[in-house]
Amino acid sequence: MSDEAPLSLKDPWVVRSVAAVAAIFAGATILGFAVLPLVQTNARASGLWDAICSAAGVVREPTSQKPIEPDFKISPAVMTPDMLRGADADSIGRGATLAQQCAICHGPTGVSRADSPNLAGQYPAVIYKQLEDFQMGARVNAIMTPFALRLSGQDMIDLASYYAYLPRLPAYHPAGLLPAPRIVINGAPLRNIAPCGACHGALDNKAGSPWLEGQSAVYIKSQLQAFASGERRNDISEQMRNVARRMTPEEIEEAAQYYASQPSPDVRSVSH
Amino acid sequence: MLNSRRLILAHFWLAFLVFGMALVLGAWQMFVRSPLHTWISDPELYYRSVTAHGAIMGYVFPTLIAMGFGYAISESSLGQPLIGPRWAWAGFGLVLVGAVMAITPVSLGRASVLYTFYPPLIGNPFYYIGVVLVVVGSWIWVALMSINLGAWKRANPGRPVPLPMFANVAGSYLWAWTAVGAALELVLQLIPVALGMTSTINVGLARVFFSWTLHAIVYFWLIPTYIAYYTILPRAIGGRIYSDTMMRLAFIAFLVVAMPIGIHHTFGDPQVGAGFKFIHSTFTALVAVPTLMTVFTICASVEIAGRLRGGQGLFGWLAALPWKNPIMLAAAFSFVMLGFGGAGGLINMSYQLDATVHNTQWVTGHFHLIFAGAIVIMYFAIAYDLWPHLTGRALADVALMRAQLWLWFVGIIVTTFPWHWVGILGMPRRMAYFDYSAPMLSATAFPVAISAFGAFIVLASGVLFFAVLIRGQAAPRMETEPYRFATAVHPPVAVPAALNGLGLWVALMLGLTITNYGYPILQLAFRPGGAVPAVYVGAQR
Repeated sequence: MSDEAPLSLKDPWVVRSVAAVAAIFAGATILGFAVLPLVQTNARASGLWDAICSAAGVVREPTSQKPIEPDFKISPAVMTPDMLRGADADSIGRGATLAQQCAICHGPTGVSRADSPNLAGQYPAVIYKQLEDFQMGARVNAIMTPFALRLSGQDMIDLASYYAYLPRLPAYHPAGLLPAPRIVINGAPLRNIAPCGACHGALDNKAGSPWLEGQSAVYIKSQLQAFASGERRNDISEQMRNVARRMTPEEIEEAAQYYASQPSPDVRSVSH
Repeated sequence: MLNSRRLILAHFWLAFLVFGMALVLGAWQMFVRSPLHTWISDPELYYRSVTAHGAIMGYVFPTLIAMGFGYAISESSLGQPLIGPRWAWAGFGLVLVGAVMAITPVSLGRASVLYTFYPPLIGNPFYYIGVVLVVVGSWIWVALMSINLGAWKRANPGRPVPLPMFANVAGSYLWAWTAVGAALELVLQLIPVALGMTSTINVGLARVFFSWTLHAIVYFWLIPTYIAYYTILPRAIGGRIYSDTMMRLAFIAFLVVAMPIGIHHTFGDPQVGAGFKFIHSTFTALVAVPTLMTVFTICASVEIAGRLRGGQGLFGWLAALPWKNPIMLAAAFSFVMLGFGGAGGLINMSYQLDATVHNTQWVTGHFHLIFAGAIVIMYFAIAYDLWPHLTGRALADVALMRAQLWLWFVGIIVTTFPWHWVGILGMPRRMAYFDYSAPMLSATAFPVAISAFGAFIVLASGVLFFAVLIRGQAAPRMETEPYRFATAVHPPVAVPAALNGLGLWVALMLGLTITNYGYPILQLAFRPGGAVPAVYVGAQR
């Protein structure tokens, strides 16, 4: 660094500069760790040691009160974008066999004409999470719940892998392509509603969110209403309930109609 | 003596090239989120642009300026050819490769995580690796500056180190150490998650690591500007540096107290204890000391020039100054903006006052006033001053330079003053669009529109800057005198060892890092339950 005559502890520059910096540090420490926490009127410090621990950011023990348990089951699922990616052929094959019992509502190619969700090409993590939630009661449906109760963990993985493997087909679009409504593209910032498209397609996709293009408008609308009323509550961190509660009926209608009118993402990328 | 002209020019040209691109993005951002434009239909494009703008303006542009200017200082102030030119080119190559590697995924929408990374958002690994390469390239420059100074000292035992080189090496050491924080965050946390080796990240720790870099990086950007204040301005207007010792002390103080203060960026973060926030706030306040020393010394140096030019009386020397000289003009504008920006900074660094402006547009207004204003306008001055010595061609169109500097100054003021104001009104930052029709936000619509207009003025000034440089390239070749820096009124015969080297001050900087960052980092690193799931940006696209 420098080949000056080495600085020694006798050099007044060394002594004074180190002393000055140390004094400033000591003064700031005493003020910040002892004096201020103790003189603040809203401080909870019960003594000097408590003040020091609090100022240092030591984690306080949570209160002894137990958290309030909800009176309904909550979803334990943890989502990652790579979850269940790269399924093997055996798993997809087993899923295809199991899926025969689903075809009456979800369609033999995973595309429904019964206002049930289309599953062809859906993200596997999304399908797996819903099946698991149906099985453990976090999501309740008179038709789906009995089906899900009989599935093993491996069955759910196989089904998710099979439907993810199916090609995304253009769905039934009576209305034709609609322009993107503001709720899908921009959300409603002052009501704390993120754009639908930021997670569900049109703009971007986030882990755990299904893509919605081509889904039945009736299904999307009924699910948004179920989230808004609290009838459905298996969304992670309550994010869909928070969004749906603040949406107007017109916005719910617009979003449902828009997504129903869109071709699936793969079809769109081919046609462009 | 300027031997490595091609090397220095390469740094400056690449710096200004990427600066020009980022400037266009910045103006576009100001426009699309203003009421002059409807809500952007794809907010991701906005964040993509902000990421590119920030990564270029924060990491690539000022680093290249500091490196190029540093090589010029080393050769011309020490009067010896640069030692290690091949290494210098290797450093330049790393910065170039790193910049391209980082900006490519950002342009593709695979890393719209902003230049401050914002974990748990995770982008494409090439973005992070590119930034690391830029930093590693700049570390080569740090090593070369240290080696060149060491060689000069061995050849000139006991002689005072020339001021520009002393300041330059202080700045390089500051950068070397302050970049370590972000490097640790990148290498230990972000890159492993981006590569899929793990899917959770300790966000609190990452933010504290980044704060280690985030504040002192501003002083790293500021060092070339301060060197220009002290050692270019007085020479350009025919004056002297008022005090050699004051300049050394100012840069030493920057080196010691600029780094262990970054936690004032995390005043809103619950994972950091209030006591450490107070300590960092205290040391941030100390930065006012070298700043005010500089203001005093530079004003005194300029007064000397004014009086030498025949200025009389209490303020007469001001009128006698060469106001048509672009360097004088740039420095005056820079001082005005530094004054306002510094005043705003005092609010940000105060734990209590910060609460009113934290995460609002005030903060973005503040750092644009300081960086785009006070700092970058002196980068222009450095380029204007150095260019003829690098190209061997005169920059003759002084009127165009003045117009450029005036436009930049007016543009930055018009951009940033309303920007501060809407922050006080509570307008949040990092938003792609705002509902200006809502009663809560309608008061911000007009100032934001003015601010966007200011951005266009700034853009126009950027165009003029390139016009000056390109016209200079067409000028006939000429003989230039050796490049030289200002000297002090009383050039030092001998200086104390402590003021002629940086060892003591680097040791104090390291010591303060341990005292101010040691406990918060260890506590966050070893506390269980700190990791949260990563949110991959563009992963399913």
